[in-house]
Amino acid sequence: MFADIIITSLINGSTYALLAIGFSLIFGVARIVNIAHTAFYMVAAFCIFFVTHHWGFHPIVGMLIAVPLVTLLGMVTYGIFIAPIREHEAAVLIGTIALAMALQEVMLLIFTGNYRSVPPLVQGYFTIIGVKVFYQQLITFVAALVILGALRLLLMKTRLGLAIRSTAQDREVANLMGMNESRVALYTVGISIALAGFTGAVIVPLTIVEPFMWLHPLIMMMAVVVLGGLGSIKGSFVAAYILGFAEAAVVFLIPMGAFLKGSVALSIMILVLLIRPEGLFGIVFEEER
Amino acid sequence: MKNLKLLLVFFLAFFLITTLCFPAWGAKTIKIGVIGPMQFVQGKGHWNGAVMAAEEINAKGGVKVGDKMMKIELVKADSNEFLNVTDATNAMERLMSRDRVDFVIGGFRSEAVLAMQDIAMEYKKIFIGCGAAHNKLCTRVAEDYDTYKYFFRGTPINSSFLVRTSFIQMATVAGIMKAKLGIPKIRVAVVAEKAMWADPLIPACKGFIPKLGHEISGIWRPSPVATDVMAELSAIQRANTHIILTFFSSSVGIPFARQAGELKIPAALVGINVEAQKDGFWQATQGQGNYVMTLNTYNRDVEPTELTKPFIDKYVKRFGETPTYTANTYSVITYNIVPVIEMTGTLDADRLVKVMETREYLDAAGKTGYMKDDQGRHLHDLKWGPGYQTSIGTQWQDGKQVGVWPYKWKASKDAPEVTYKGVVPYKIAPWIAEAYKK
Repeated sequence: MFADIIITSLINGSTYALLAIGFSLIFGVARIVNIAHTAFYMVAAFCIFFVTHHWGFHPIVGMLIAVPLVTLLGMVTYGIFIAPIREHEAAVLIGTIALAMALQEVMLLIFTGNYRSVPPLVQGYFTIIGVKVFYQQLITFVAALVILGALRLLLMKTRLGLAIRSTAQDREVANLMGMNESRVALYTVGISIALAGFTGAVIVPLTIVEPFMWLHPLIMMMAVVVLGGLGSIKGSFVAAYILGFAEAAVVFLIPMGAFLKGSVALSIMILVLLIRPEGLFGIVFEEER
Repeated sequence: MKNLKLLLVFFLAFFLITTLCFPAWGAKTIKIGVIGPMQFVQGKGHWNGAVMAAEEINAKGGVKVGDKMMKIELVKADSNEFLNVTDATNAMERLMSRDRVDFVIGGFRSEAVLAMQDIAMEYKKIFIGCGAAHNKLCTRVAEDYDTYKYFFRGTPINSSFLVRTSFIQMATVAGIMKAKLGIPKIRVAVVAEKAMWADPLIPACKGFIPKLGHEISGIWRPSPVATDVMAELSAIQRANTHIILTFFSSSVGIPFARQAGELKIPAALVGINVEAQKDGFWQATQGQGNYVMTLNTYNRDVEPTELTKPFIDKYVKRFGETPTYTANTYSVITYNIVPVIEMTGTLDADRLVKVMETREYLDAAGKTGYMKDDQGRHLHDLKWGPGYQTSIGTQWQDGKQVGVWPYKWKASKDAPEVTYKGVVPYKIAPWIAEAYKK
């Protein structure tokens, strides 16, 4: 049973990590609590469904179309709706909620509330220590590691990464040093939404495509981000696996309470925050940024 | 001038009173509110069934009420009850106070229908539920007849009968597995979504499954909207399970069936899976839902009564899909509401209730009659059993949904065998046969 719990938690954790990394990035740099993050993930899922189901292409083609399309959509909506109100945190929060609801309603109008699915990139499963694992889940796990590595490379080895880190540390000083803070924020939004789209593309064969599919991951993603420390990519990564472990443990140890897996994960988050309010890898005081 | 003002005020007051208090005077239509989650398959079923019935009846000139003919007018109300029960009660309130309907049909989630029921009863309007199964909807009628007598169950049979039928279908599959695969003791995993309607099923399973000679390998309660049930499936397989008895009315039925099929879990899926009743299930599971069996109401090839096939054929022709059980709004209007109005010649709810609760009639789902409880009180709940509505069992076999139950079913030792027209034998999934082959 222990092997089941460990493997299941690695798989669940990878999904949450993929979502939370993008969310953390955008918060760390632009201070935007983007509630619509998982809504873009949902839009990407519908794009792939449309390309595979209506046009009959391979899911890879769907991914190649969906990720740039969703990134573009994200950047356009950011420019129109979020950028003008960026300095007002509460307005941004409400604005992104409204944006997410709007995307949900648009998908509901176009695709109705029917449950749909897309085929996996690779069919089948393999067995590890007696536990069956889909190849698609392995892809998700590898993708989470690759994305983290790529993001680290981007942030540490490129000029854009330097600009993003500088802006994340101190927007005003970065501005004074000649960096176009608004443009950096726009690029960060683009990367973040692209990550959401990519996550949608990787995860969609494992889940159901429907207009409300963004809600549950949103709650878990927020929990991951808060637990890991707002804006900390490393924290999000670690927290994702902690919550993934908590969920798996509940299902295996309390079968009758399987529906509580989300609640238990959130309770763990609250417990950790009681002991360490800034989260696992968060910064204690805003002034330290 | 003063007199003219007085006259004007009097006229306005009279106009206000007459329009607010006596809106039905001179009404030429019978208004039927159709309430359901209209953005979802269940609500579409409600609406489509009602539309078909209204069109047929209106094409024949309408409904004879006393000495005049009245057309049926449908009023659509989106309850949005999957997401928000308050939306459902608001929609019902709107049907009552603004649209002033004569009847209401529909509803899906028991939690929402219980709340909607109170509103309809307050307005003393006949509300025929076409989706919710919880027993309480009808026990309320017996316990407080004067308040709740306007509620009737239209479809499905109640939770107790659903679970009873599921047990019978499970026992049928267990018998086939025992006979064909030589499994001496069948182990059953109960997987019921965490929802109000499924709560009473758990103690029933604990009590009844051992009585059938089977063992319970475990009970799992996933969220109704869970999208990943890998953990549950791994645990179920670890528990050496032969049959998985499911109780799903929500989206979890899709990932469960899909992942079980992809992982080739060597256990037969039987029970209730509302998603597996729909034509879209094959696509939704990417074909991995093969061999999933579910309790059902309609199948294109199965004919519980002579009225079933004409209804299904017409529905498929009109809407391009097999009706789900919520489309029984068709039968409720065509074979219940309209004949009772014509028999009594009135729209008076109290007089209609008296006839409805004692009448028995044939419709597309079976013979319909209403029960009394053990104290002889009216329940307005559907009768179940051979000769009445029993529901059917359907299985996905290579991309096609076929009827597999009742097939030579005997309700008791001395009862005659029952096989509905069009029902074919149940098939064991090849990977299950392979896993237990000796």
